[in-house]
Amino acid sequence: MNYFPDEVVEHVFDFITSHKDRNSVSLVCKSWYKIERYSRQRVFIGNCYSITPQRLIARFPGLKSLTLKGKPHFADFNLVPHDWGGFVDPWIKALAKSRIGLEELRLKRMVVSDDSLELLSKSFPNFKSLVLVSCEGFTTDGVAAIAANCRFLRELDLQENEVEDHRGHWLSCFPESCTSLVSLNFACLKGEINLASLERLVARSPNLKSLRLNRVVPLNTLQNLLMRAPQLVDLGIGSYVDDPSSEVFSKLKAVIQLCNSIRSLSGFLEVAPCCMSAIYPICENLTFLNLSYAPGLQGNDLTKLVQHCRKLQRLWILDCIGDKGLGVVASTCKELQELRVFPSDPFDAGNAAVTEEGLVLISAGCPKLNSLLYFCHQMTNAALITVAKNCTNFIRFRLCILDPVKADPVTNQPLDEGFGAIVRSNKSLKRLSLSGLLTDQVFLYIGMYAKKLEMLSIAFAGDSNKGMLYVLNGCKKLRKLEIRDCPFGDVALLEDMGKYETMRSLWMSSCEVTHGACKTLAKKMPSLNVEIINESEQLEFSLDDRLLVDKMYLYRTLVGHRKDKPEYVLLL
Amino acid sequence: LIATFPNIYISTTVQYIDLSINQSAINLQSIMVFEKDLNLDATELRLGLPGSSEESLRISNKRALPDMNDDSGVAAAKKCDQETAPPTKAQVVGWPPIRSYRKNSLQTKKTEAETGGMYVKVSMDGAPYLRKIDLKVYKGYPELFKALEDMFKFKVGKYSEREGYNGSEFVPTYEDKDGDWMLVGDVPWEMFINACKRLRIVRGSEARGLGCVV
Repeated sequence: MNYFPDEVVEHVFDFITSHKDRNSVSLVCKSWYKIERYSRQRVFIGNCYSITPQRLIARFPGLKSLTLKGKPHFADFNLVPHDWGGFVDPWIKALAKSRIGLEELRLKRMVVSDDSLELLSKSFPNFKSLVLVSCEGFTTDGVAAIAANCRFLRELDLQENEVEDHRGHWLSCFPESCTSLVSLNFACLKGEINLASLERLVARSPNLKSLRLNRVVPLNTLQNLLMRAPQLVDLGIGSYVDDPSSEVFSKLKAVIQLCNSIRSLSGFLEVAPCCMSAIYPICENLTFLNLSYAPGLQGNDLTKLVQHCRKLQRLWILDCIGDKGLGVVASTCKELQELRVFPSDPFDAGNAAVTEEGLVLISAGCPKLNSLLYFCHQMTNAALITVAKNCTNFIRFRLCILDPVKADPVTNQPLDEGFGAIVRSNKSLKRLSLSGLLTDQVFLYIGMYAKKLEMLSIAFAGDSNKGMLYVLNGCKKLRKLEIRDCPFGDVALLEDMGKYETMRSLWMSSCEVTHGACKTLAKKMPSLNVEIINESEQLEFSLDDRLLVDKMYLYRTLVGHRKDKPEYVLLL
Repeated sequence: LIATFPNIYISTTVQYIDLSINQSAINLQSIMVFEKDLNLDATELRLGLPGSSEESLRISNKRALPDMNDDSGVAAAKKCDQETAPPTKAQVVGWPPIRSYRKNSLQTKKTEAETGGMYVKVSMDGAPYLRKIDLKVYKGYPELFKALEDMFKFKVGKYSEREGYNGSEFVPTYEDKDGDWMLVGDVPWEMFINACKRLRIVRGSEARGLGCVV
C-alpha cells in the first residue's frame, strides 16, 4: 500500500487539514494511522467526556492545538444545573505533565478556574492562543496570569463568558516585552481597566488585527487606540457616547477615515445614535456587522447605518430593526450570507418587532443567504414556503417563535408544511431548529428530506413517538439531537439503540422517557454514557422504573463513566 | 423523604391494580402544597394493564437554579396538564433559547436605562453649597430650567440663539467633556445630557461673554 517513504506521506498529509479528513486518513491502514498520529497537530474534541486527556496525549504526541467542548448545548439556556461538569482542569493538568508543546487552546461551555489558567500560562512556553467561549468559573486574576506569563501570546479571545471581575490590573500584566498580540477581545469583561495601559499595549502591538473593547472604554480612548492601530481588521467598540460637536469627536471622525482595513465591526455597548455618522466611511467595506449588543440603536439608526453596508456578508442585529428595516437590508446587502436577528425584549410580546414579513423580504433580496437565526413573534406557512422557494442554500436554519407553540396566525394551522418546504428545498441543510405549533408531520418531512442534517433542536413539538422515530430513521447524518418538552417516550428511545453510537449526543428533557428505559439502554449499550439529571432533593436513586425522567443526556464515549459527576447526576 | 406508591397485585398474570397519579407535577419540595391540592381522582384505584400511560409517574422537582435570572422561580408550572395551554413565557425555564450571557446583558442595560441616573453637580454663584440633579428625569430644557429655578429660587429668562439669555440675571452654563464652559440650550437635549459633566449658574453680568453675539 505504501510506495513512498513515511516522510513523503507525511508531507502529503500536511495538506489535509480538516478534522474529518484526517480522521478518515488514519483509518486506511496501520501505516497511515501511525504517520497521521505523529504528524497531527490540531485536534477537535466535541465532547470532553468522550475521551480522556491521557489517551489524547498518548495518541497525538505532536499536539499543538486543542479544541474542547464541555456542557450540552441546552446548558446555554439554564437547563443544565450548576456544577454539572465540563471541567478543563484535568486536561490542563495532564497536558502540563506531558511533553506536549501546547500552543493553542479553544474551549466552549467549559468550567475554567483561575488555577487552571495559571497552570496553563506557566506550563507551555510557546503558548500562543486562548479562546474561551461561553465558559465560566474564572476571574480576571486568571486572565492576568495569561497576560503576565505567556510571552508569545498572539490571541486572547474572551467571548460571552461569565467572568468575575476583580477590577484588578490584568491588562497591565502584559509585560512591556509583549509585542506579539494579534487579537485581543475582552468585550465580555464588566470592570474597569487601566486605559493608559491599554493604549500602551496597543501602541506596542504592530501585528494587532482584532481588538474588541468592553463598555468601560470611552470614546476618547477609542480615538487614541485607532490612531495607534489603523491597521485593525476587526474592531469591537465599547462605549460610543459623546457630543458630536466636541473636539474629541472630530478627531475620531478623522482617525476612522484612516482605518480602511476594518472589515468587521461590533460592540456599541453604550451608544449615542447621533454619533453614528462617523462610522459611515468604514461601512462601505464591512463584511461583518454585529449590533446585537447595542440596544441603544433604534430602528431608524440601524437602517441608516445598514444602508451604507453594501458588502455585508454577515449581519447580527436586534429585532428593533423591524420588518421595514429588514427590507432595507434586503435591498442593500446583496452579498449577505448570514443573518441573526435577536430579540431586544425576550419577554415582552408588546413590541411586535419582526414577523414573517421581514424574513420573506430578506429571502427575496439576498440570494446568497445560507445561515439564519431568527427570533420573531409569528410565522406563517405561506412565508416559509416563499422563503424555501427563494433560498435553497441554507446550511443553518434556526427559527424561534417567541411563543413556544404558536400556530400560523392566518390559517391557525401548525407550521409543518412551512418547515417541510424548507427541508425539501434546502438539500445541504446541516442544522435546524424548530418552533411554533408542530405535529408529527413535520418530523416525517425532516426524516424524508433532511438527508444531510447533523444537528436538530426541538421544543414543544410533535404528538407521539412516531415523530422522533421519523427523525432517527431518516436522518442518517444526525450527530446531535436535543429535545425538550415533547411527547416522545420509551418506544422511540429504544427502537434503534445502535443509532446513538453514530451520534455525538442526545438530550431529552421533560419528555416521556422512563427511568426503566434509560436503564435498559445503558445496559445494552456500554459504549454510551446515559446520564440522568435528577434535581429532586431525594438523593436516593432507588427510583421506580416507571418514573418519568426529567432530564436525560446520553453520549458516546470510549472511556466509560466519568469520575467527576455531581450528586444529582445518575450514571446508569 | 421518599414518596412511595404501593402496588397492589392481583394474582393473575396480566391485570393488576395500581395506585395511579394523574399527570400533574408532583413537587416533592412542597409536600404541604401537594396535600392541599390532592383530589380524589389522584388516588383513585383503577384497573390497568401494565404499560398503560396512567401508570407513569413523574417526580419533577424543579429546584430553583442558583444562577437563574429570569423571573420564573419554580418552574413546576410548566409540567402541569399537557392538555391546557402552555404557561406564559416568563415561566418557562430556558425559553426563549437565548444564552444567559446575552439575556443578562440586555437586562442590565434595561435596568441601567431605567434606574441608572445621570447625576451632575449644580453650582450657583453666591450659593453656599452645591446641589446634584439627575438629568435623566427631565425630558427637555423647559423641565430642567423649571427644576433649577425651583431649587435655587431664580428665573432663567428667555433663550434665543442670537443672544443667549440676554437680559437675565442668571444664566445656565455647563462644562462639557472637553472641559469647555458652554451655554445651556444650544444643542439638542440628547446631545446635551450626554455631554454635560456639571452645571453652573452664573450671574448675568459674567455671562455676557457667552451669550452675546458680536
